[in-house]
Amino acid sequence: MDPKPKLLTILDIVTAILFAIGIYMVFFYAPTEVVMGDVQRVFYFHVAAGWVGMLSFLAAAIVGIAYLRSGDHKWDIVGVAAVEIGIIFAFINVVTGAIWARPIWNTWWTWDPRLTTATIMLLIYAAYLLLRQGIDDPDRRGRFGAVYAIIGFLSVPLTFFSARLFRTIHPVVIGSSDPSAQGTFDMTPMMLQTFLFSLFIFSVLFADLMWHRVRLGKLSEKVEQLKLKAMR
Amino acid sequence: MWAVVWKDIAAELRSRELLSAMLVFALLVILIFNFALELDAKTRSTVTAGVLWVTFAFAGQLGLNRSMAMEKDRGCLDGLLLAPVDRSAIYFGKAISNLIFMLIVEIIVLPVYSILYNINLFNPGLILVIILGSVGYVAVGTLLSSMAVQTRTRDILLPILLFPVIVPVLIASVKASAGFLQGIEIAEIMPWLNLLIVYDVIFTAVAFMVFDYIVEE
Repeated sequence: MDPKPKLLTILDIVTAILFAIGIYMVFFYAPTEVVMGDVQRVFYFHVAAGWVGMLSFLAAAIVGIAYLRSGDHKWDIVGVAAVEIGIIFAFINVVTGAIWARPIWNTWWTWDPRLTTATIMLLIYAAYLLLRQGIDDPDRRGRFGAVYAIIGFLSVPLTFFSARLFRTIHPVVIGSSDPSAQGTFDMTPMMLQTFLFSLFIFSVLFADLMWHRVRLGKLSEKVEQLKLKAMR
Repeated sequence: MWAVVWKDIAAELRSRELLSAMLVFALLVILIFNFALELDAKTRSTVTAGVLWVTFAFAGQLGLNRSMAMEKDRGCLDGLLLAPVDRSAIYFGKAISNLIFMLIVEIIVLPVYSILYNINLFNPGLILVIILGSVGYVAVGTLLSSMAVQTRTRDILLPILLFPVIVPVLIASVKASAGFLQGIEIAEIMPWLNLLIVYDVIFTAVAFMVFDYIVEE
């Protein structure tokens, strides 16, 4: 049994402290948005969670390719870890979005391209977990998972483009803004600082969770091997 | 490659189990839609494309599942893998025969739908969309069904794996078909056709690259 690495404990503490600062910034440092009021504050964590979700799915696709090329089992463990974490954050992203949309768009849900894409993305990775559950052979499980992570990730931008050919009302706060979007706003410097900081803390959180999950994956594999040995 | 296609067609000509199941199922779906949506003359013009593509997607999924399960159950897949050919030949062979079965079902469903609902579906644009859409559907579907048959939960798994990934094809096909049926200008339909072509090319290429890893033992 290898002990928990010291660096990981430090990272845990750093993440917790950063999060406390982040919450403080979101609620007290960032000014209240003029039109939307306090509900706009959900934006900082909404976008950050979406960012981590996308990052995880990208990571899953990349380690999927690495796994197929090398056949090294550690990439498979990283892949599952990324997908599991990605699902949680993508879900947070969708739910916080709905909370924001209720007062601003006057509805919990609309079939906007981003909303549709985010939801279909969630379904793809839920299917990924179901696929893995149905396979006993760890080698085959790894290969199929990797293939599906690649296929799924490739289809996400296409889903987005196809849904985008319908008109969108989702605000684009970063980069170019479409005048027909509802609920868009300009960020003040303090808002921008809070926003960038929350992107940063979510990324740190992602790294921390990934480390934990990969470590867990390795440990459970070891348990599996020990069980096999005991049976023999 | 053509040997695989030929084998599938010969087997189908003898048993007819796959095509007949797909066809009956497709007609049932259309009938159910009739009651579910109350397809009167007014709504018909707007929902026809959607009804058709849902029918094709469901019937296609049934066919994909069956065609791969047949290989697996009778141990034919292992036989195919032993054959001294490139693995990609097996993929393309299966994909082409799946495509042929799907197109046959579509060729039969279209006139039946025209007669049942008194709507003219003979439109070259629509045929083009159906071909492009089916190619994309089958390219991904063949790959995923060869994955699904090797799992414990095989029959339930294929639609769960396939449908979220196939969403762009369905959206683009429905939109392009509706465009052609309602006589919208070609310039407005072009983006959808381009999307279908892009999807077909990307996913055929990717499926071709990763198929080796799916059938590896």
